[in-house]
Amino acid sequence: MAQHKVNYLQEGGLPVALTTVDKLVQWGRSNSLWALTYGLACCAIEMMASGASRYDFDRFGTIFRASPRQADVMVVAGTLTKKHAEFIKRLYDQMAEPKWVISMGSCANTGGMFNTYATVQGCDRVIPVDIYLPGCAPRPETLQYAVMMLQKKIRRESAFQKLKPKRLV
Amino acid sequence: MRRYSDKANAQAKSYHTDRFYQVPQTPKYDPSSDEHYAKVLKSLRDKFDIKDAYVEIDQLVVIIDSDDNKAVMKHLHDKCDYTFLSEMSAIDFLHKNGEFEIFYQLLCMKERKRMRVKCRIKEGQSIESLCDIFKSADWAEREMFDMFGIVANNHPYMKRLLMPEDWHGHPLLKSYPLQGDEAAQWYEIDKIFGKEYRDVIGPEERNTKRVDPKDTKNFARIGYEVPYGEKPINKPDEIYEDFQEEGGVPLIKKFTRKNQTILKERK
Repeated sequence: MAQHKVNYLQEGGLPVALTTVDKLVQWGRSNSLWALTYGLACCAIEMMASGASRYDFDRFGTIFRASPRQADVMVVAGTLTKKHAEFIKRLYDQMAEPKWVISMGSCANTGGMFNTYATVQGCDRVIPVDIYLPGCAPRPETLQYAVMMLQKKIRRESAFQKLKPKRLV
Repeated sequence: MRRYSDKANAQAKSYHTDRFYQVPQTPKYDPSSDEHYAKVLKSLRDKFDIKDAYVEIDQLVVIIDSDDNKAVMKHLHDKCDYTFLSEMSAIDFLHKNGEFEIFYQLLCMKERKRMRVKCRIKEGQSIESLCDIFKSADWAEREMFDMFGIVANNHPYMKRLLMPEDWHGHPLLKSYPLQGDEAAQWYEIDKIFGKEYRDVIGPEERNTKRVDPKDTKNFARIGYEVPYGEKPINKPDEIYEDFQEEGGVPLIKKFTRKNQTILKERK
């Protein structure tokens, strides 16, 4: 005897939910955004706080990975110096497609207060960026919001779109 | 009364000079006032040519010839118990007299005393390395080379410390621009993508206040909003650089460029 009765007269008569493959795949992708641990400066403290128990990124399926091979999203948390620019490019290239980038904080967006010779004036000069997150440093709630916006963006995309080369590659 | 200078666009200028700044002067005393310093100075004077010596803020300052630096430091290390080189670097006085001043900050743990040894070298001249005597001189001399281009002779590993190895120029020189020379401004583009990508990526945007009114993809002006990427409806030639809204905020009067007057002479 079945414990849960299926009412065949409701929901179109069958226990079936209809969707598209696009939606199903992107739903899966958007709910397991594994982020690369990529703290460059003080924004990394906020990024760590976002991952820790009070703010808890695991609720979004965002788990920090220490390897670009296992990561889907790169959170550029901090000042990108010119000496480091080649390494951010290398790490980005090592990430498997599909991949996204969140530029976290003023320094990663525009160079911020470091209007000097040694700072890259915005990490979008080196890698393509999906979401720019303002703040110095952005609070963990802001980073959570950025991840939620990225999830929205992913859910709108097609799952099988041709991997077109991004602007700088 | 100081000379009047134009204050227009003063906020956008990255250099700031304090109008009322006066270089602080600290009194300099004769080293004979301190028993320990007098003894150290006497032992130095017996062997080396000491150009000048005084006590400033409880520290002995000795000015020596740049050729003697290793011998003087070895004497201070072995005979006077100054066993700790806490800091060393250079100061750029090229604009004044074409010289660098190199200073060595020393600590004597036994007597709980500090002293400073200074010497001057001409531009392009090198200095003897102190790595054999003080281990801490290793990275300090590499940093000095990185920042000023002063080579330390007989250094075991004379290489840049902070800047990348293929960096052009020495950033702590007074002649080096704050926002970098051309090689610095294009450094990451040249290195990662190659020089031919300079046109694709474009120059750095250094003015953080700048909003291009023709660009409706990245900016929207309050009251003049248009759909993404369409033609702007405001006056397109005006560069919008004001943060404050048109109405202003209570109690604060808005100061516009039109309202400003520049005096030819004040008194």
